[in-house]
Formats: sequence, structure tokens, C-alpha cells
Amino acid sequence: MSTMAAPVRQVSGGVNVKIVNRVVIYGLLALFALFYLMPLFVMLVTSFKTMNEIQNGNMLSLPKAPTFDPWLKAWGETCVGLTCAGIKGYFWNSIKMVVPAVLISTMLGALNGYVLTKWRFRGATLVFGLMLFACFIPFQSVLLPMATILGSLGRLGVSLQNSVGTSFGLGNPTVNLVFVHVVYGIGFTTLFFRNYYEAFPTELVKAAQVDGASFFQIFRRIMLPNSMPIFVVTVIYQFTNIWNDFLFASAYAGTGDSMPMTVALNNVVNTSTGVVEYNVNMAAAMIAALPTLLVYVLAGRYFVRGLMAGAVKG
Amino acid sequence: MAFLEINGLRKRFGQVEILKGIDLELEKGGFLVLVGPSGCGKSTLLNTIAGLETITSGEIRIDDRAVNDLHPSKRDIAMVFQSYALYPNMTVAGNISFGMEMRGVPADERQKAIDKVAKVLQIGHLLQRKPSQLSGGQRQRVAMGRALVRDPKLFLFDEPLSNLDAKLRVDMRIEIKRLHATTGTTIVYVTHDQIEAMTLATKIAVMRDGEVQQFGTPAEIYNNPANVFVADFMGSPAMNLIPATIGGDGSGMAVVLDREARQPITLPMTNAPAGLSAFKGKPVIFGVRPEALTDPEGAERNASHIATADCHIEVVEPAGSDTFAVTNLGGKGVVARLRADANIQPGTSTPLAFNLTKAVFFDPATENRIR
Repeated sequence: MSTMAAPVRQVSGGVNVKIVNRVVIYGLLALFALFYLMPLFVMLVTSFKTMNEIQNGNMLSLPKAPTFDPWLKAWGETCVGLTCAGIKGYFWNSIKMVVPAVLISTMLGALNGYVLTKWRFRGATLVFGLMLFACFIPFQSVLLPMATILGSLGRLGVSLQNSVGTSFGLGNPTVNLVFVHVVYGIGFTTLFFRNYYEAFPTELVKAAQVDGASFFQIFRRIMLPNSMPIFVVTVIYQFTNIWNDFLFASAYAGTGDSMPMTVALNNVVNTSTGVVEYNVNMAAAMIAALPTLLVYVLAGRYFVRGLMAGAVKG
Repeated sequence: MAFLEINGLRKRFGQVEILKGIDLELEKGGFLVLVGPSGCGKSTLLNTIAGLETITSGEIRIDDRAVNDLHPSKRDIAMVFQSYALYPNMTVAGNISFGMEMRGVPADERQKAIDKVAKVLQIGHLLQRKPSQLSGGQRQRVAMGRALVRDPKLFLFDEPLSNLDAKLRVDMRIEIKRLHATTGTTIVYVTHDQIEAMTLATKIAVMRDGEVQQFGTPAEIYNNPANVFVADFMGSPAMNLIPATIGGDGSGMAVVLDREARQPITLPMTNAPAGLSAFKGKPVIFGVRPEALTDPEGAERNASHIATADCHIEVVEPAGSDTFAVTNLGGKGVVARLRADANIQPGTSTPLAFNLTKAVFFDPATENRIR
């Protein structure tokens, strides 16, 4: 193609055209990048300004005297609803919910993918189809049925508490959220792992069978150690989704001490005691966004690689 | 009592019958090669012996013990896979000892076994490497090491050489043969390469469409093929299968080979198989291997029955050690194998010697051998 295009360019005196094309392309790219980065930039600079500077200055200007106070206030002092102890408690609430939910849903997805590809049973395709269907169920349609189920589980927890002495976490809002996110996440994690394991050489499983490894030994010693790329993809995907979830969080843990970060952030912004502290709000929002950013930075290159591997081989 | 016995084995996937009643047996220390074109069921048969596939009916016995319902790890077998199936996350040593680890062999015994196998296969310097850091031949050795270390009753090889380049394949073939000779193990080996089958086997089973076409020693398979398929499949260049008619008068018989625009060739038969008399005046398939069709000087001296006829040579292919000449008989290109220095020119006629002692005849309707 290039050999054919070259003479044409020379005839039309195309060196200039080429440069103009480049300028337009890169100019547009820079513009879009700016467009996307602007909110982040505003958030960052605002979170380091004093209220005085925010009210009198330009939104885009860099802070004249950068201060960490809004961050400290957001972390430890700002009011969430009626309690004024900062967002740190809610940050840990989110961690306590996200880590188990991500790990459980990822492990279940891996196990499902393993069974659906390497231990095929009658109707495996149908089961996979139904699990795939779970990916398309809108959050909203699950809200009420799930609330009913969580209510029943809560009552079971109470009666267990009375009879056995422990509720096994049933009825605890954090446990409820973990349960909801695991159930909702299984469809996606299964899809990821099934597609990855579909391309995974079956001869390895056969060799391990001849070697005498059991179902779970094959899973733990052969499958999992060779699933790093898809494992990272799934963890990032699940972590981002669950951490950022607001709907389930506000519906099932919207009040009290166990609300996750997203709900707390909303309450920080909505708490109207006098002047709106933009710098503190921005700092709180940044803190809420940090974990997902961190996960991307640490594992981002695996993300692209893993998605590619699944796409090409699957 | 055979060491490995397969009786009436059938395997069905839904409505499709993959194995249609296989009967085979192999003595201890034997080397059985299952050979056939792709899709003939040879790999499935191997997998059923390994226990990786269930069987629909029939029986598999290893060392006089029915293993039909035993888990692969309980059958006392080891398997080398086509892709080698080395665990990518483990070192070579880890790969070799994984099976022992699963069976709970203590660490020091495992180490001893690894060292012993590494010495036999000369892979001692590779033990700490990962499979991705090995060449094709080295992976092949490790895969064999993983099988050897178990010291099983039966070795199963599933096309182990098909991923190697031509030169390495010949080297590894010799290596496997040497291994078999020195260790005296019993081996079942699947391949689609008839040369591997001929060189390695003590017994060959030629398979097609889930059935064993012929089961016998390499010499039996090569010299006495049971039907057209076996004759055609085994040997390179392939056996010439020439449409012919049986002529002759009274008690004497002759093979008549038509030629385009030339007089037919008539080869008198003195040692015709008994069954051939029923085909007098009828068409048959006349099978003669290229090495049994040669220049008169190069013909086998102690062959009792040689007929010579002038043939028109169409193509000459010097191959270094031999010269192959193509002539047209019965409407088909027929390959003759001559001495390397045979002086022949394409487009001329030259006498060719048919070694009729080695010739075979098939019924064109059933494609079975006429004996």
C-alpha cells in the first residue's frame, strides 16, 4: 500500500499535507486527553487549596500555598451525616467488603471455568449460557428480590443467634454486601475464566490425572498457577466494580456504621452545615478513588495482556 | 497370557461409534504401534487404555487385571503426550517428580529417582529450568523422563514425535528404540507415520474408521497386507496398485496389464495364490512394491519367480541412493525402484523385472487380499 501511495503524495506536494494531518491527529488527541484529565486536575488542585483561595481564585489555578489540611480533615474530622469522625471508618468498611467479595467471586469463577471446560458434564453449555445471562441482568431488577432474600437471611441470623449463640454474620450489612457482590460477580468471573481455560491445554489436565492428582490438586497445582493474566484481569474488574458500587451499597447498607465509602462520600457532600467545603469534598473523593487507581497502576499492564490473551486464544 | 489384552472394545460418542470392536494383545516387553490416518480412532483407543476416556463395552486387561473402571493413576501406566504436556509453572525436576509427590513418595526418594532418570536421559543440567526455557528435543526428553520415573507396567506414547522437525524426529526415534531395548518396557505407541510404525514396532495394528484392518509384525504387515488400505498405507513410496486382469489358458495363469496405445503386458504366473483361479478372466488389483519392480540387473537374485517386460518410462526421479522411474500400467502411474546408476532415459522403453514372488492380489469389489 505504501509503495502505491508514495508517488501520489509527491505529485500533490504532500509533505505539508502529511504534517498537517499529524498536527490535526495529535491536536485532537491532546484535546481529548485534556478534556478527560480536566476534572481530575480540578479535583487535585482544589483539594490542596484553602477555602479562602477557592472562593476568591480561579478554579484552574494551582494552589498558592498547598495545604494537606483538607485531606486530613476529610480522613479524620469531616461530618458524614450526623457523625463527624471523617471518612476513615467507611474507607475500612469498603476494604472489609471488597477484599472478601473480590476473592470469593474470583475463586468461584475460576472453579466454574475449570469445571465448565475441563470436566464437561451433560448440560455444561446450558449452565454456562445461563451464567452468561447473569451478566446482562440490570442491577435495578435485582434490588427488591435481593432485599427480600437478605431480610430472610437476617431473620435466620437472629434465630441462630438466639438458639446457637452466633448468627454466622447473617444480617450483618457488610456480609450482606459481600454476598450480593459475589452472587452478582460470578457471572462475569465465570465468563472470564471459562474463556481463558477453554484455550488452556487439556493435555496438561490429562497428564496430571495420569500422575494421580485429584480434582482440587489439579486446580490448585496446575490450573491456578498458570492463570495469572486472567486472575489479574478478574481481580481488577471485580475490585473496580465492587468498590465503585453505589446502588447496592446505598440500598443494603445505606445507613449506620457499616456503610461503604461510596455512600459515605455521598453523605459528606450532602451534609449541609453552613458553607460547602469544596476542598474537603474533593479530598474525600480522591481518597475514595485511590484504591482503584492503585490497583490499575500496579496491575494495569497485566490487564491489557490478559484481555488480549483471552480475546485471541478464546 | 498376554500382558496387555483388549477384548471387543467399543466406544461410542452419542450415536457415533468411534471404536467398533477392537481386539488386540501384546506380550510383556512388546512394542505395539497403533497406526492409521487421522480420525481412525487410534488416539481414542490409547486414551481408553490410559483411562482418560471411558469405554462403552469390552474389556481392557493389563498384566491380567481388568482395568476398565480404574482411575488413570491406578492403572500403573505412564503417558507421553503429543504436546508433551509439561506443567509450565514447575521446573523440570518438579515436572518429573509431580506424580511421585501426588502418591506421597518421600522427598529424598523422589530426589533419587529424579537423579536416576536424569542420568538415563542426560537431562541433569536442565533440572532447574522451566519448560519454556527448553528446546523441542529437550522437552521431549523431559516428557519421557516424567513417564520413566514412574517405572510403570505400561508406557503410552501419543504421537510423541510429531511436533519435532524431521532430523530431530529421526534422532528421537532411535532414542526411543534404544530406551525400549535397554529397559525392556512394554509400550503402546500411536502415530500416523508408517515409517515410525515400521521401525519401532514389534507389533503393528493398522486402523481405519475405528476398526483394526490388520494386526501383525511389521514384516507381516509390509509383505502380506490384508487389504488394499493396508497395502497402500504402509510403505514409502507406496505400493503400486495396478488394475489388471487374470488371463491364461488351461492350468497356467498370467497377469495382463493394459497400457495406453500399446500392447498389454502379460506376466506368466507360476506361483499364483490358490484363490486367484476363481478370478480367471476377471479384473483384480495387482499390487507390487516399487522395490519389487526394478531393472533386471538389480532384481533380487534369490527371488524364485521374476518376469521381465519392456516398459515405457515417462518420468525419471534420481533420489541419490535410488532412481525412481514412473511408467504407465493399467491407466495408472507405476513407480519402479532402480539402482542409483541405472542408465535410463524418460521417453524410452526399457525392460523392467517384476518380482512376482512379492506380488499380491486384491479383489477390486471387496478390496480384500486374494490368497
